[in-house]
Amino acid sequence: MPPVPARGAQVLSVEGVHVWLSGREVLHDVGFEVRAGEFTGLIGPNGAGKTTLLRVILGLEPPAQGRVIVGGGPGATSEGAGPGRTAERVGYVPQKVVVDPDLPLRARDLVSLGLDGHRLGIPLRNRGRRQKVDAMLEAVDAGRLADARIGTLSGGELQRVLIAHALVSDPALLLLDEPLANLDLRSEHEVVALLARLTGERGVAVLLSAHDMNPLLPVMDRIVYLAAGRAASGGTDEVVREEVLSELYGHQVDVLHVRDRILVVAGPHGPREADQAAGLPEPPGRTRSRGV
Amino acid sequence: MHVLFEPGFFTDGPVRLALVLGGAVAVVSGLVGVLTVVRGQSFAGHALADIGAAGGSGAFLLGVNPLWGFVVLGLAAAGSMELMGLQRARSRDVATGIVLGAALGLAALFLYLDASYTSTTGVTTTVLFGSIFAVSGSIVPVAAAFAGVAALAVVVLFRPLLLASVNPELAAARGVGVRMVGLAYLLAMAVAVSLSCLTIGAILSTALLIGPAGAALRLTRRPGRAMAVSAALGVAAVWLGILLSYDSYYWPPAGRGWPVSFFVVALVFLFYLASSLRSPRHGHRRGAR
Ligand SMILES: Nc1ncnc2c1ncn2[C@@H]1O[C@H](COP(=O)(O)OP(=O)(O)OP(=O)(O)O)[C@@H](O)[C@H]1O
Ligand SMILES: [Mg+2]
Repeated sequence: MPPVPARGAQVLSVEGVHVWLSGREVLHDVGFEVRAGEFTGLIGPNGAGKTTLLRVILGLEPPAQGRVIVGGGPGATSEGAGPGRTAERVGYVPQKVVVDPDLPLRARDLVSLGLDGHRLGIPLRNRGRRQKVDAMLEAVDAGRLADARIGTLSGGELQRVLIAHALVSDPALLLLDEPLANLDLRSEHEVVALLARLTGERGVAVLLSAHDMNPLLPVMDRIVYLAAGRAASGGTDEVVREEVLSELYGHQVDVLHVRDRILVVAGPHGPREADQAAGLPEPPGRTRSRGV
Repeated sequence: MHVLFEPGFFTDGPVRLALVLGGAVAVVSGLVGVLTVVRGQSFAGHALADIGAAGGSGAFLLGVNPLWGFVVLGLAAAGSMELMGLQRARSRDVATGIVLGAALGLAALFLYLDASYTSTTGVTTTVLFGSIFAVSGSIVPVAAAFAGVAALAVVVLFRPLLLASVNPELAAARGVGVRMVGLAYLLAMAVAVSLSCLTIGAILSTALLIGPAGAALRLTRRPGRAMAVSAALGVAAVWLGILLSYDSYYWPPAGRGWPVSFFVVALVFLFYLASSLRSPRHGHRRGAR
C-alpha cells in the first residue's frame, strides 16, 4: 500500500478553473482544496457543472484557464489534461453506470480491473492480487457478491462494487459522481456510512457530488457548493447561508433549517435553476418524499 | 460402407490446407468475437462482412487474391466507421445499415462485372460462400500473418477493452485512450471478418464471429475463459464442417459434395442452441461460477 497521506495533508487543489463547452462557460473561476481523510460534498442542482468539474480533476477535460494539483503532483492545466498523470492517484465512480446483464464480468473482475485495467496483455494468476481484491470487496461489505455478474447487481450493490473498483489501487482521492442518485433511503445511508468509514480507515479524501446535501450533513467535513458554474467552499455553516448562496445564484435564496435538515429555497418566482436548488421541496402536486 | 474418416482425408493437400487455415481463422474469430458480443458491435461486424463482399469481388476484377480485397476494404471501412463514430453502434444502426447497403450494391456491380468481363467462373460463390478447399497455397502465409496480428491485438488490449465495455468513463479515468483502443479493436475485427470471408464466405462470416462467442458467453461468466471456449467451439465447428463436407461426396446427390460453409454455420447454430439450454443466467444467478 502506498503511504497514506497524513490526515489534513492537501491531496487536491483546484485553482481558478474556467471551462468552456460548446461556446458556453460551464465553470467560472472555481477554486477549492481537499484534504486527506476528509469528506467533501460537491453540492449543486442539475446542470451546475458537477460532472464537468470532476472530469477536469480527472484530467479528462482541459480547463481553459486555471490548474488542478492532485496528490501533490501536477494534474490538468490549461496546457493539457492528461488522465495518465492522475490515474494512479484518483479513483472515480462515474454518474449513471448502467451494465448489460449479459456482460460476462463478475464483481471481482471489475475490482481487479481497478488495479490493472489500463495494462496490456492477459493477467497472470496472482495470489497477491486476488487477496487484495477479496479484501477490498470485504471492506465495502460486498464479499458475498464477489462471484455475481455485475449486470445482475442491484443499484446499491453495484455502487459498492464500483467504490471497491475505484479504491483498490489505494488512491489518495476518491471522486464519486452522484452515487446516491438511484438509491433508496436505506442504501443511501449505508453508502454514506461506508464512505465515511473509509475516509477514517484509509485516510482517503472523498469528493462526492450530490444535488441534495442532507444525507451528507452528518459526515461532511467541507462543502463545495456549485451553482451555475460558480463555487463557494468551506464548512457547511460558512457556505450554506443566505448571503453566500444568493451571491452564487445571483438572486435571493432562502436557507431554511427544518429540524436537522437544510432546505435551500428560491423566491416564488425565482428562475428555474433555483427551483432545482439542493434540498428544495418541490411544488405541490410534484411532492417527492425523502423521509425525515 | 465407408467410415467418416475417409482414407486420404489427412493426406489430401487441399484438405490439410483447409484444416490449418480454417483452424487459424476460427481461433481469431473466436477471440475477437467475444469482445464483439460484449461490446455490442455485432451489427458493425455484419456490416464489415458485407463490405468484405464488395472488396473480394473487386479484387477479382483487379486479378488479385480476394483476401487483399477483403482486408483492404475492411480496414478502410473500420477506420471510417470509427471516424464517423459508427462503432458506438447501438444508436447509429441507421448509418451502419446505410453503409452496409451501399457496400452490397457495390458488390452486386463488381460481381456482375466479374461474371461478364472476366473468364473466372464461380466468383459469386467464392466471394459470398467461401472457398476453403480452393484457397491458393501462396496466400496461406499472408492469412496466417493477419490472423496472428489480429489475435495479438485483442489479447494485448484485452483489459482496456473490457473496462471500456463496462463504462468508457471508467476506462478513461484509468488512463485508457478509449478511442484509440476502440479503433484498434475495430481494425482487428475487420481482419478477423476478412479471414472468415476467405474461408466460409462474406455472407456467412458473421456466423463464425458471433456464434461461437455467443455460445461461449452463455457457458461461462468469465471473459478470459469465454475467449478460450469461443475459440475452441469455432475450431470444432470448422474442422467438423470440413470433415462432413469431405464425407458428403458420398451423400446424395452422389458425387457432388455439400459446401463446407453450410456445415460450419449449421454446427455453430447447433452449438448456440445447445448452450442456451445451459445458460448461467438461469437457475444459479449468484455464487456459482
Ligand atoms: N460536452 C458538452 N458540450 C456542451 N455543453 C455541455 C457539455 N457537457 C456538459 N455541458 C453543459 O454544462 C453544464 C454542466 O453540466 P454537468 O454535466 O457538469 O452538470 P451536473 O452538475 O453534473 O448536472 P447533473 O446533476 O444533471 O448531473 C450543463 O449545462 C450542460 O448542458
Ligand atoms: Mg452530473
